[in-house]
Amino acid sequence: MPEQLLFAMEVTLNGLMAGVLYALVALGFVLIFKASGIFNFAQGMLVVFAAMTLVGVQTGQIPFAHLINTIFGTKVHHFGWTVPTILAIIVAGAAMVFVAWVIEKYILQHLIGQPDIILFMATIGMWYFMHGFAPLMWGSEVMKLDVGLAQGINETIDTTTYNWFGYGFFIDNLDIVAAIVAALLVTALVLFSQYTKQGRALRAVADDHSAALSVGISLRFIWVLVWSIAGFVALVAGIMWGSKSGVQISLAEVALKALPVLMLGGFTSIPGAIIGGLIIGVGEQLFEFAVGPLVGGATQAWFAYVLALVFLIFRPQGLFGEKIIERV
Amino acid sequence: MFYREAGDFKTSYRDDNQTFPIRLDRAGYWIALFVAFCVIPFFVNDYWVNSIFAPFFIYAIAALGLNILTGYAGQVSLGTGGFMAVGAYACYKLMVAFPDINIVFHVLIAGGITAAVGVAFGLPSLRIKGFYLAVATLAAQFFLVWLFNKVAWFYNYSASGQINAPERSVFGIVVTGPNTEAWAKYMICLVFLVGVAWMARNLTRGMTGRKWMGIRDMDIAAEIIGVNPLMAKMSAFAVSSFFVGIAGALFFAVYLGAAEAGESFGITKSFLVLFMVIIGGLGSIFGSFAGAAFMVLMPVLLKNVLVGTMGWPTEIAAELEFIIVGGLIVIFLILEPHGLAQLWRLTKEKLRLWPFPH
Amino acid sequence: MTFKRVAAASVAALMVGSPVMADLVFPSLSYRTGPFAAGGIPYADGFADYMTLLNERDGGIGGVAVSVPECETAYNTEKGVECYEATKGQGALAYNPLSTGITYQLIPKATADDIPLYTPGYGRTSAANGDVFSHVFNFPANYWNGASAAINHVLDLNGGDLKGKKIVLLHFNGAYGKEPIPTLTKLGEKHGFDLTTIPIDYPGQEQKAQWLQIRREKPDYVLFWGWGVMNQVAIQEAANIRYPMDQFIGVWWSGAEHDVKPAGDKATGYKAMTFHGVGSDYPVFADLQKHVVDAGKAAGDGSNVGTVIYNRGVYAAMMLAEAAKKAQEIHGVADITSAQMRDGLEQLEITNARMAELGMEGFGPEFKVSCANHGGPGAIAIQQWDAAAGKWSLISDFGGSDMDVIQPLIDADSAAYAAENKIEPQCN
Repeated sequence: MPEQLLFAMEVTLNGLMAGVLYALVALGFVLIFKASGIFNFAQGMLVVFAAMTLVGVQTGQIPFAHLINTIFGTKVHHFGWTVPTILAIIVAGAAMVFVAWVIEKYILQHLIGQPDIILFMATIGMWYFMHGFAPLMWGSEVMKLDVGLAQGINETIDTTTYNWFGYGFFIDNLDIVAAIVAALLVTALVLFSQYTKQGRALRAVADDHSAALSVGISLRFIWVLVWSIAGFVALVAGIMWGSKSGVQISLAEVALKALPVLMLGGFTSIPGAIIGGLIIGVGEQLFEFAVGPLVGGATQAWFAYVLALVFLIFRPQGLFGEKIIERV
Repeated sequence: MFYREAGDFKTSYRDDNQTFPIRLDRAGYWIALFVAFCVIPFFVNDYWVNSIFAPFFIYAIAALGLNILTGYAGQVSLGTGGFMAVGAYACYKLMVAFPDINIVFHVLIAGGITAAVGVAFGLPSLRIKGFYLAVATLAAQFFLVWLFNKVAWFYNYSASGQINAPERSVFGIVVTGPNTEAWAKYMICLVFLVGVAWMARNLTRGMTGRKWMGIRDMDIAAEIIGVNPLMAKMSAFAVSSFFVGIAGALFFAVYLGAAEAGESFGITKSFLVLFMVIIGGLGSIFGSFAGAAFMVLMPVLLKNVLVGTMGWPTEIAAELEFIIVGGLIVIFLILEPHGLAQLWRLTKEKLRLWPFPH
Repeated sequence: MTFKRVAAASVAALMVGSPVMADLVFPSLSYRTGPFAAGGIPYADGFADYMTLLNERDGGIGGVAVSVPECETAYNTEKGVECYEATKGQGALAYNPLSTGITYQLIPKATADDIPLYTPGYGRTSAANGDVFSHVFNFPANYWNGASAAINHVLDLNGGDLKGKKIVLLHFNGAYGKEPIPTLTKLGEKHGFDLTTIPIDYPGQEQKAQWLQIRREKPDYVLFWGWGVMNQVAIQEAANIRYPMDQFIGVWWSGAEHDVKPAGDKATGYKAMTFHGVGSDYPVFADLQKHVVDAGKAAGDGSNVGTVIYNRGVYAAMMLAEAAKKAQEIHGVADITSAQMRDGLEQLEITNARMAELGMEGFGPEFKVSCANHGGPGAIAIQQWDAAAGKWSLISDFGGSDMDVIQPLIDADSAAYAAENKIEPQCN
């Protein structure tokens, strides 16, 4: 097989893997948008906060250590213990539920019935708040996130493809894990929303707020639920991205990667987020591979958006978005 | 008691439609203009201009531009940073290519070039609507920044890709470069701001503005009553980008003096200006000012309080700044969801009735 | 409009907090928050701690206390302007803005205000030409020296012959990352190696495409100009594709402990350039520990002492302190002005004897600044990471760089700046 074709195949596979990670972040947006019509600008910060909390708990860091030291003149930083990974993940998950509860009780509850743009603005406020709160709580140095996920080249794929084609493909173990986790997560979400009482309530709310209210579904509970799930998705995304780069505030920028995915897949569709993620992942990697060297590289910066734009010109509601019906 | 229209009789349509229908407001407006033009320039120093007035004025121009597009014409844009970059680089190329022409023309032409680019990226708005339109402007944002970073012609082949504003003057007064007097820098930004605000106000209350608002409120209905959506949307993109381009040119040439596409005009800039518009109030000229003031002055104010007065360590102060700004945004929203401009309108309503609330 | 006035008035009320001090003021434009905080914190700590040491141990410089007002920039150019204007009035003697973007804006401003800028190992490379950039000093080394030193190191490894070798420059897609390209292109022509440049956009969280390209092209060496999260990801990805770490050479901003630690053991062998010593085996660190950290006067929690970037902060502070001392000598006054500080920087001479006196023997090269040369010797060493021991060690001496290639580039770039801004040469 010609070498270029093999390269292109390798790039495509890696693009698919990257796409899964994008989809993971986009999923958090979709869940909240579907249930409450809010475009949650703070999703990226939720990722940072979740990942920081996980590492902080795991390594036994004292929250707000710097602030405490400044006020009381002490010199505290660690409790001196480490927490098993599973337990730390559970604590971080609980923290995200708590965050969801706080957001619902102190912000969303006061804004029921307001136009979408107002709720969007509230999430901007949350973004700012958490941008300061997360490093205040856990410090702004790079935190090493290690939950024991395998990283590095997958030997099996490397040798197998080498035997077949004479060129070993590179697939990162972490990406494989991420793909599996994302698949499980999506399956779990679909099962949850299809077969449980809360799941049905969730879908009812997504369909029509007032109709759901009138049959006795608690909107507040559903909102806490959906923000908790989004927080949990953020935690998973934080683990995947943080394992690669360590946890720091710039992790919030991964949310930007989710925007074209959302627009391509439609804001309201879970399968849309997944397929949109895959298309963007493969598209930008292949474009960089084929055209990048001719125009000087770093085309990933904009290609995803242009790709989404081209799709949208033909399908203005996104691939899986609900058809926009306009009436006067 | 003092703030009311009783006794302020309107005898013509012209009077009835004026921007400030209440006498006290009119007086306030003229006094503010007088103070801005004839008092402050005599007292400003470098700190005041470089940290407060110049960024505030320039961001107010950008916010006015975005408000026309998003607030009046209802088209979401996340490409402000990219359009500012077009203004900045166009201004740089013009300044270097035609050193003898007055910088004011360079800035205006830079605005015109930005308007053309804005219209080109605005074309998809005919087909794509709502949040989805943001992708078109995001594509503009990332593509333009990438372009200015990549094509060496834009930065005259300098080693690092930074552009530097050479010294230029207006009527013999230096307004760009390191030797600019504080008051000159202040005045050039102020003149542009007042011009832009005046233009924005008069456009938005005339036929153009009503067409924009028709499109915003419901484009199909507007089309049926005879508004041409192509013309309305494209004119909104053009005017908005023109203002944003002017802001970008001033930002580079007058305020910073050096710029780099990725760092100075990145996506964070687009978000910042959008926040200004939303927090200030969509579809309000005053809101653009209030939003820019809030986002520019609040961090400086908080920093001076926390670090300067209370002596906190800088990093804790910086983190508290974010927490307080975020908290304030949420509190404002809960108290008054339609932005600072609406808060201001309500205050005025109350003042009109004061001290008799009924 | 009224809101503006109210806000402005309240700012005015709060602004009058900073009294004018009779100290030697070296503002520290630091970034302890934001995306680059991990690098900004140790640098600011090192800078402040060294100045504190001078106050505690020696009673300041020439008997005058040193003060280091800190101002948070979060690596943001607009905040940098605000910080510059806010601290300028306190009698700032020199600025060390710690950001290429802020440096570019301050070059004309600080020159007009007669305040020197000291930008060791960053900022505008061609500012090494003191003839044009009268107020900017970037000794002891700049990016072009770095690029050349890295190539020299590679030349050493290959017995002086690089014909047909493939070298990749993996770089931040912005001013800072693009700096070495002209030098490397010229060096490529001279030594006959193939240069491929691969840019990474900010923030650099995702670098799969870049590393797949490297894996396909199998370059002999990868040079790396990154900063922030880009560093951690690049080193991790290099480990993932099993690129030989000892053929992967980062610039000094990509060679700190926090960059290599997330990749764990696989980062062993990674190399980075440096223009100062590593580790804390120098007497000055014992003094820092005793007079500053143990006395509870450290800027941070003391855990950073001896790390790469902390040392860089110490080194920068030491240079400024020595220059201030020189200025006091030249002008015969203890309480110097920023203009006198500029003269001190321009006539600074660092000898090995003086370094030994300071407890920093062998920490950096010997050199002498002159009116025409503000760039110092460009002497650079290579350090290598050992994950098991958890530390860097120097694997070469401070070697020079190829000035035959670099000097014409410096002259050309500074001449262009001089022409654009109508600057007369100052040294004649």
